[in-house]
Amino acid sequence: MSELAVRAAGLRKRYGRQVAVHDVTLEVGRGQVVGLLGPNGAGKTSVIKMLLGLVTPDAGEVLLLGERATEPAARTRVGYLPELFRYQPWLTPREVLRLHVRLSGTAVPDGEQRACLGLVGLAERGDDRLGGFSKGMQQRLGLAVALVARPQLVVLDEPTSALDPLGRADVRDIVLDLRSRGVAVLLNSHLLGEVERVCDRVVVLERGRVAASGTLEELLGRSELRLHLTGLTPPALARLEDTGRLVRDGAWCTVALPADDPAAVPALVADLVGLGVQVHAVEPVRVSLEDRLLGILRASAAEGEQAAS
Amino acid sequence: MTTVLTVAGLTLREAARRRVLLALAVLTLLLLALSAWGFSRVAAESGGSALTSGEARLTASILLNLVMFGLSLVAALGTAFLAGPTLAGETESGIALAVLARPVRRSAFLLGKWLGLVAFGSGFIVVAGLAQMVVVRLTTDYWPPRPAVALVLLAGQTVVLLTLAVLLSTAVSPMASGVVAVGLFGTTWVAGVVGGIGASLGNEAVARVGTVSRVLLPTDGLWRGAMNALQDPSALLFFGDDGGQAFPFLSVAPLTPAYLAWAALWTAMVWGVAAATFVRRDL
Repeated sequence: MSELAVRAAGLRKRYGRQVAVHDVTLEVGRGQVVGLLGPNGAGKTSVIKMLLGLVTPDAGEVLLLGERATEPAARTRVGYLPELFRYQPWLTPREVLRLHVRLSGTAVPDGEQRACLGLVGLAERGDDRLGGFSKGMQQRLGLAVALVARPQLVVLDEPTSALDPLGRADVRDIVLDLRSRGVAVLLNSHLLGEVERVCDRVVVLERGRVAASGTLEELLGRSELRLHLTGLTPPALARLEDTGRLVRDGAWCTVALPADDPAAVPALVADLVGLGVQVHAVEPVRVSLEDRLLGILRASAAEGEQAAS
Repeated sequence: MTTVLTVAGLTLREAARRRVLLALAVLTLLLLALSAWGFSRVAAESGGSALTSGEARLTASILLNLVMFGLSLVAALGTAFLAGPTLAGETESGIALAVLARPVRRSAFLLGKWLGLVAFGSGFIVVAGLAQMVVVRLTTDYWPPRPAVALVLLAGQTVVLLTLAVLLSTAVSPMASGVVAVGLFGTTWVAGVVGGIGASLGNEAVARVGTVSRVLLPTDGLWRGAMNALQDPSALLFFGDDGGQAFPFLSVAPLTPAYLAWAALWTAMVWGVAAATFVRRDL
């Protein structure tokens, strides 16, 4: 069994004279949640559609769960919620799920299908025609469709665009539950807070290219600690400098923390108190994904302009 | 195969749920009721000695062709306008995205849609056509010489037009595909009538208009074959070959096996082009 749920290499797509996707390489490990970020028109949806065989790439190769994506069978264990979510308005949610289960070729008992509707909050509306459903309810159904055929990979393209805050929280819980069950998720979302909470890795697309990719820690850098201290003695200062790069601003000190050491903060605070320092405040500092993303996009735009001139 | 049958079933359910079936049923009942009244008038005239029994038979035969033309028009328009929304509409609205992201081949999906439409159109024409023949039998005692052949050819005509509509809907918008398919259907019928007039006048160039149009789109050719199977042989004796050719609701000869083979090949080729277009299309 392949370790990767998605392996896409060298994807290219051109629409007329417009290059939508330029040499995109992307990997999603099994059980991993990967966020696909980027501004409008960056090529995120085009990449997703190429992964799922809905758009034919001009070049490049895709493996889904270890199988070539050119074969429809590669999508047997793949669930998809499109950005443009529309389902047959003349059917009921239960009929839509039954249709997708049949097309997926997976045997999913009726009870499990009903539980799937319950998971997205549509248990009471299972037998109503979709014609009268709101956008939010249709998106909830789309999520159920993506989840119903026991997927090993779920691709969610803007899954919360029509949802209220409660719905967004539900989606977050569903994604975390999928990850805990070893299901890979590729998530395209503009809600960076959401991405930051659930994603293990992030791929940033800009004008059809990968502008940055990596774990959140790699992208956001190591975290820092901001402390309000008085009575700072030379040994205490040395202790702070031993921890990491130190910046002082009056009584406020900002110190970089070592990665992968959850005990670093309590140990530092205990040592400082032991050295007679008065600790007034301790605040974690982290670059937000939004700031980092804006930084990446601005740098990428500046590079593009430089290359053009 | 599961995909083909699932999608065919879904297409039929769509026709039923979107009230296409109901609309067609109402239209057909109206047509049947009107024709029942008309045919009963023919029978009354015949009973009152205004018409001889031969003339009454002839009138019933021609009227049956006329009414069947109405029915075939309803079937052709119904399926052509259903093919647009069910294929182009689904790709335009995004309904097809979730379905085609499943492990299904696009050609199997298209075949399912096509089969569903074929079942719908053919089913309609057989039921409504048979009902019409029974109405004529009950009112005027006329029964066409080859009813089964006529129904098969009428179903064939519907299949030809809906295959064209399927091809168009893989390339253009749902509305445009319906309009173009129906426009071509009407044009071919008119070209057939013009060709008939040309033949009756001995003008070969004008006659060729009908022949060429019947080859390009076999709907009119199949319709003429169906008329030939529905009409009383005495009609041709009455009008003569030239008069029969000029009259739009008479057909002078049954279809040749070569023409039937061409119609089948035409359908297969157009379906093949539709599948090739649909398989390559970016959604």
